[in-house]
Amino acid sequence: MSLLEARGLSKRFGGVQAVAGLDLRIAAGEMLGLIGPNGAGKTTVFNLLSGFLPPDAGDVRLGGRSIVGLAPHAICRLGLARTFQIVRPFPRMTVLENVRVGALARHPHAPEALAHARDVVARVGLAAREQVAAGALTLPERKRLELARALATEPSLLLLDEVMAGLNPTEIETIIELIRGIHRTGVAILLIEHNMRAVMALSERIVVLSFGERIAEGAPAAIANHPKVVEAYLGDEYVRAAPA
Amino acid sequence: MKWALGCVLVALVALPAVLSSYALTLFILIFFYGFLGQAWNIVGGYAGQLSAGHAAFVGVGGYTAAVLSIELGLTPWIGMLVGGALAALLGAIIGYLGFRFGLRGFYFVLLTVAFAEICRVAVTNIDALGGPLGLYITFTGNPRQFQFQDGRAYYYIALALLLMATAIAWAIERRRFGVYLAAIREDEAAAEALGVNAFKYKMLAMVVSSFLTGLGGTFYAFYLFSLQPNTLFGIPLSVEIIIRPIVGGAGTLLGPILGSFILTPLAEVSRLYLGQEGLHGAHLIAYGVLLIAVVLFLPEGAYPRLVRVLARPARGGR
Repeated sequence: MSLLEARGLSKRFGGVQAVAGLDLRIAAGEMLGLIGPNGAGKTTVFNLLSGFLPPDAGDVRLGGRSIVGLAPHAICRLGLARTFQIVRPFPRMTVLENVRVGALARHPHAPEALAHARDVVARVGLAAREQVAAGALTLPERKRLELARALATEPSLLLLDEVMAGLNPTEIETIIELIRGIHRTGVAILLIEHNMRAVMALSERIVVLSFGERIAEGAPAAIANHPKVVEAYLGDEYVRAAPA
Repeated sequence: MKWALGCVLVALVALPAVLSSYALTLFILIFFYGFLGQAWNIVGGYAGQLSAGHAAFVGVGGYTAAVLSIELGLTPWIGMLVGGALAALLGAIIGYLGFRFGLRGFYFVLLTVAFAEICRVAVTNIDALGGPLGLYITFTGNPRQFQFQDGRAYYYIALALLLMATAIAWAIERRRFGVYLAAIREDEAAAEALGVNAFKYKMLAMVVSSFLTGLGGTFYAFYLFSLQPNTLFGIPLSVEIIIRPIVGGAGTLLGPILGSFILTPLAEVSRLYLGQEGLHGAHLIAYGVLLIAVVLFLPEGAYPRLVRVLARPARGGR
């Protein structure tokens, strides 16, 4: 059975069909990449899965249970955690306090949650910065904090929305290692990423979205040369001009 | 820290022995407005939901206890709890409307002000509640009637109210409830994504805050022996409630108390001296100037700044 299964997921914003009848399955412990050109509907898919937007049609099942209509906090408690593309730290809280908010979802007693948060902060490599106010962090540190907070809710499925955007190649290498480490502990990961090298290196399977529809799906190597994918990213003229 | 706290408590308990009656009144007002500020702080400070109509809870609490006492002879000590419960019910209604329909910022402010004004206009027009003239409580000096020959009793009650609200705020701050309120204040969507039921915790904060504020209504009524809709439900009282925690530091445990120690004497002095010169309401101008100064220079309030100033020499010295 799939850990997460979306069927016929659709969302329209006025005249724009952001997501159109999307089917998506993620197995337990899987690492799935979700790619597509700007405006393809990737972030909308995240918002639909995590309960931040209600779908116009379709169903989402997490562990066999429908989660459509549940509030984001309830979905989080069922084991689906997400990060935001534009990071949203609690700026006046310290790094440790930020992560503690996530940890409290599983450890309702504040001292326990704090101990758990400290572990997670160390895991993402922010131990030396745990007493710093989140508002004072650099962008790479904020991305790690975003990851740490989601991780602290002990998800079975983690939705990562462009955690590498704005990072330099060295920082990307370290965050790739970090994501691999999380994946090794058995957490399924759904990754939205614009950095192709990273998404190819990490994903076991990739789904390509364009104008809200799934246009391709498969192993990273197959996806990279898929004509529809090349077309979606570079335009059909490029496909015709390029030697096969 | 514990020693310092103990010393302050002993000093506050011993203080009435040496105070003049004017100073005693001043301390009663400092404690009472500090208490109301602390009650507001739970929803307005910790949870960051700016209620600007907290006078409504004072009014509901005060009128309930007064009517129960005058009409049914029920002791205000119990009427106080009934008033608190009714205020909490009103808080739950306002909170439900505001939070269920996602009113944030100015819209929530307007909603709370509107409810307070509705209550004020309604009470003004209900003859059974005394209409615009309000209710008067006959002085009996009977402690059972929440009345005391000795002004020091009011001092201890106001102090107890302040300590109780502060203990509740302290307990909230240390628990998951308080952490969640802070997360909601900082970024509600991010908090939701981390498993925080924002609606539930905002409602809880509103109910606790309005209940405590409602208890204050009984004190207000039985300390002044009179209740008028314009004073108990009016916008000026709501401003008095809000301004102390904001000046002192909203969302901090000692902010409302510090704010009350700064503002209450200021208000009394300006009321006394400027009022004598015929400049009634001049203390409101002083409030306005002070509020502008705080927003400009101490946006977090006085308490966080004080902590930093006090921490500095300690760090340098050791």
